[in-house]
Amino acid sequence: MTAPPELLTPTSPAEAAAVFGDGEGVTVMGGGTILLPELTYGKLRPTRVLVLGRAGMSGLERADGSVRIGAGTPVGELDGAPEPLVTAAKHVADVEIRAVGTIGGNLCATAGASAPRGDLQAPLLALGARITSVGAGGETTEDITAFLEHGTGRLVLSLEVPDGQAFGYARLDRPHTHHYTMLAVTAVRGADGVRVAASGVGARSQRLAGVESALAGGATAAEAAERAGEGLDLPTDALASSWYRGQMLPLLVQRALGQLG
Amino acid sequence: MHLTVNGVAEEVRADPLTSLLRVLREELHITSPKAGCEQGGCGSCTVLVDGEPRRSCLTPLIAVEGCDITTLEGLSNGVELAPIQQAFYDLYASQCGFCSPGMMMASTALLSEHPNASREQIMEALEGHICRCTGYVKIIAAVESVANGSAAGGTNGAVASGGSR
Repeated sequence: MTAPPELLTPTSPAEAAAVFGDGEGVTVMGGGTILLPELTYGKLRPTRVLVLGRAGMSGLERADGSVRIGAGTPVGELDGAPEPLVTAAKHVADVEIRAVGTIGGNLCATAGASAPRGDLQAPLLALGARITSVGAGGETTEDITAFLEHGTGRLVLSLEVPDGQAFGYARLDRPHTHHYTMLAVTAVRGADGVRVAASGVGARSQRLAGVESALAGGATAAEAAERAGEGLDLPTDALASSWYRGQMLPLLVQRALGQLG
Repeated sequence: MHLTVNGVAEEVRADPLTSLLRVLREELHITSPKAGCEQGGCGSCTVLVDGEPRRSCLTPLIAVEGCDITTLEGLSNGVELAPIQQAFYDLYASQCGFCSPGMMMASTALLSEHPNASREQIMEALEGHICRCTGYVKIIAAVESVANGSAAGGTNGAVASGGSR
C-alpha cells in the first residue's frame, strides 16, 4: 500500500497559485468528477494533490463587453456567462455532475479512456476565450488556442470570454448512458470573422481551420462545411466510429453556421 | 474527519480523498448508496449533501467535511415510509431495486425545492440516473404522483389510479 498523497488545501486564489508553484508533481482537483474515479480505481497515484474546493475561485464578473469566469465555477452555474457557453453547458453530463464539475477542469480535461472529454473546449475556442494561468514562468494570459497547444501543466485561475456575439451550436445528442459529447460544433461571429470549433474530434477540441478559411474567402456555409474534416484525425471510440464522425461533422457545421443568421 | 450522516454525528478515519460512497458503505456500513459504475455514470450512489443531490462516488471525503449527509436510510422515520418511498412501492417503481435509492434521493431533492415539480423537471432531475430494468415510466409516474398530490399514501401495493399510466 502506498502512502496517501500530501494534500494542499488553499483558501484563496493567491494561496492556490503559491502552493502550485511551477506545478511539478502537483495534481489539481477542481470538482473531482474526473479525478475521483481514477483515484478510486488506482489508475492515478498522485504524490501531491491541490484541492481547489475552498480556494474561492468560483464566480462570474462582468466587465465591458466580456465576462471573467473563475476557473472553479461549476458548469451548472454558468447561466450568466456569454453564449454559446450557456447552451453548451446544459448538455454537459447531468445536473448532479454539472453542480460540481468546474469550467477550469473541463477546459483542462484530457482524453478519457473511452471518449474525448472537455465538452466546453470548443465553445471556448470559438469564443476566443483568454486564459489566465500560473505555473512555470509565473502568471500569463493567453488565447485559448495557444493555451491548449502547450497542454496541461498549468493552474488556470480564470477565463475571460467576450459577450454578445452571434453564435451557432449543433450537436449529436449523447446516448443516455454516456456523459461525454460525441460530436458538437460551435460557431461564433467575432470582430475578426467567424470562428468554428468542434468537440469530439480528438483528444482535445479543435478549431476547424478549413471551414474558417473558406468562410473568410467568401464561401457559403455549404461550401465551407465540405472542408470540415481538414487537418483532423477523427477518433473511433466507444461513442462513434471515425467514419460516422466524418459523415456527421459537415452537417453539424452547416447547422451551426445556419444559426449565425 | 467529521460529518453528520442521517442526523448522527460521525468521525471517520478514511483518507481524505476516499470517495464518500466508500466511506458510507465500507466504514459506516450504510449500504443504500450503490456502487454501480463508480465513475459518475449511473446515479445509483446519489445521496444528499446539505440537501443537494450529489454523486457520492465522485465526492471526496474532504469536500464534505462538516456537511450533513442524507441517504435513503434517513428518509423514513422508521415507522412509516417517506412519501417518495410509499409512491415507489404503490406504483411498482422498483424492479430489481438497484437504482431506486439514487432515484429516490434525487427525487427527494427535487421535490423539496419544487414540491409540484413538472414532468420535465422530474426528467431533468433524473437524467443521469440509469435503470437497467428500464422501468423509467413507472419511476417517473411515482415521482409525479407525489408532485401532483395523487400519491395513494396507501398500503400494501394498492395501486392508485396513477398506476395505469
